[in-house]
Amino acid sequence: MTLAVQFSGVSRLFGSITAVDRVSIDIEDGEFFSMLGPSGSGKTTCLRLIAGFEQPSTGSIRIHGAETIGLAPYQRDVNTVFQDYALFPHMNVLDNVAYGLKVKGIGKRERHSRAEEALEMVALGGYGERKPAQLSGGQRQRVALARALVNRPRVLLLDEPLGALDLKLREQMQGELKKLQRQLGITFIFVTHDQTEALSMSDRVAVFNKGAIEQVDTPRNLYMKPATAFVAEFVGTSNVLRGELAKRLTGSEQPFSIRPEHIRFADDQAAASGEVEISGLLHDIQYQGAATRYEIQLENGQSLSISQANDQWQEATPAHRPGQRVTARWARHAMIALREDLPHKGR
Amino acid sequence: MDHSPNARAPLHNTGPLHRLSSLLYRKPNLYLALLLIPPLLWFGGVYFGSLLTLLWQGLYTFNDFSMTVTPTLTLANLAALFQPANYDIILRTLAMALAVSLASALLAFPIAYYMARHTQGKTKAFFYIAVMMPMWASYIVKAYAWTLLLAKGGVAQWFVDQFGLTAVLQLILGIPGVGGSTLSTSHLGRFLVFVYIWLPFMILPIQAALERLPPSLLQASADLGARPWQTFVQVTLPLSIPGIAAGSIFTFSLTLGDFIVPQLVGPPGFFIGSMVYVQQGAIGNMPMAAAFTLVPIVLVACYLAIVKRLGAFDAL
Repeated sequence: MTLAVQFSGVSRLFGSITAVDRVSIDIEDGEFFSMLGPSGSGKTTCLRLIAGFEQPSTGSIRIHGAETIGLAPYQRDVNTVFQDYALFPHMNVLDNVAYGLKVKGIGKRERHSRAEEALEMVALGGYGERKPAQLSGGQRQRVALARALVNRPRVLLLDEPLGALDLKLREQMQGELKKLQRQLGITFIFVTHDQTEALSMSDRVAVFNKGAIEQVDTPRNLYMKPATAFVAEFVGTSNVLRGELAKRLTGSEQPFSIRPEHIRFADDQAAASGEVEISGLLHDIQYQGAATRYEIQLENGQSLSISQANDQWQEATPAHRPGQRVTARWARHAMIALREDLPHKGR
Repeated sequence: MDHSPNARAPLHNTGPLHRLSSLLYRKPNLYLALLLIPPLLWFGGVYFGSLLTLLWQGLYTFNDFSMTVTPTLTLANLAALFQPANYDIILRTLAMALAVSLASALLAFPIAYYMARHTQGKTKAFFYIAVMMPMWASYIVKAYAWTLLLAKGGVAQWFVDQFGLTAVLQLILGIPGVGGSTLSTSHLGRFLVFVYIWLPFMILPIQAALERLPPSLLQASADLGARPWQTFVQVTLPLSIPGIAAGSIFTFSLTLGDFIVPQLVGPPGFFIGSMVYVQQGAIGNMPMAAAFTLVPIVLVACYLAIVKRLGAFDAL
């Protein structure tokens, strides 16, 4: 596999603020790669470093093997779909899409036919004459996508492109983006703060926190084997137990994570071998449709979440009530040992 | 339940101000009307009304012998505008207004671009003040100052001599329609003063237009492969045209109506503004002054129509 983008020890400082902190990633050619993290975690800066809108303070970024330090955005074979779409308001949709071809000196007839093709690819054939202001948010998003793809980049950068869309449209676009990426076979680098979006679309996800990468892995591994407490809590929901409590349950002070859906209420039978038990006060029940979430207050004041699927067609009367004392139980192998912090942190 | 008025008083304040504000809240159109009536009275009645009255007088008859105005309607004044002597004045003013607008735009754009794209905080404030400070000084003082600067033996002449460009200046002053005997009595000198005086009116609208330009558009352009000059031609310039148009409307109409600079700097010969001034003041021919007043209005209207046709307001 060749590498589409390679970060080696890349940092980006803005004054005294470290926006990107010694990041090294290998993004493979043809991969749907997501950069996931809360706002201010450095994921967008990383994308802008690839596009060339920022230059790294230290380190090197290679795109398809070629060093990019000092290259301007127009010298790079990557295209970006911007968060605010950045469509040119004074041009109609067709001219917007044909822009990249125009500045490369491609003749009017060819660039218009290729732009029309790109518009058809995003299901906007025949919208060429309209101005961006006459389109809906979802349509503008597609135009921005067509405008980037018409240049046939080897790497497409997407900066939270679905953030401004409503939920239904977002889910539909997620599917379409994934389909498009498979069809075209080019590398997609997708920046998002929405972990569901990252998990459902990506081949691999890099989780960012405070400018550094916590973990790069497949969505399944990220969820099932989070490496750090941050990943466990940011990707899905997790109960992270530490210190004394961890020691009592596992014999070690190393923190561990247990997913709410892997915990069940203890029945009358004694715990089987390889099972762990803990009791506390049930203080909240949230009905969420497909599942019900129970919050249990443990002795040390920490809260433990349990999620139970409502998978019976006939709803059973709830067996538990807030205020009850309950015992939770889970399999020992469902616990995932975590690193509390990244080794290079805490300078 | 206690229904006595005293108990309810804190809940239902029935003071006149309170009732008025609830009335305005319930009837937003009334509120809007109250806000708009004073400026509309001023603009519609005082400003627009007096302008129409003035223009109407352009149709009155002026008796050359008795020097009196009679309210007999005639088109003679408007027809007189097309007499060669008057027509020359209009063309001279129009040419100057166009030249001044063009030169102001060329000079203003780099300054406005620098202000909008490369300055922040205190530097930006410095530029704002630097651009606007000349407007704090009296316009007449500035015009007079320029007559001295441009006069024979003045500062401008001295600089030209120091750089050994005297021959070049003489050559330029020799061009008919541009030159004159000295800088201060040449069309060129008048042009320089106009450009100096109206430049801030061009810088500020362009700066505002460039300021509104989202940086992501410029990044998108570079991202799509456009070199910096292509981004400038394809994105920056088209999107700043509304600002250039707004600025040029100022410089164009201000030059059309000015009567002081043409009097102080440049060769003899009337401008539209000075013609209006002389007709209504010294001669007392109000109808002819009114007819001349119509000219800049028509020219600016034509100018706006052309600018609109060129698509200057499409990006608004």
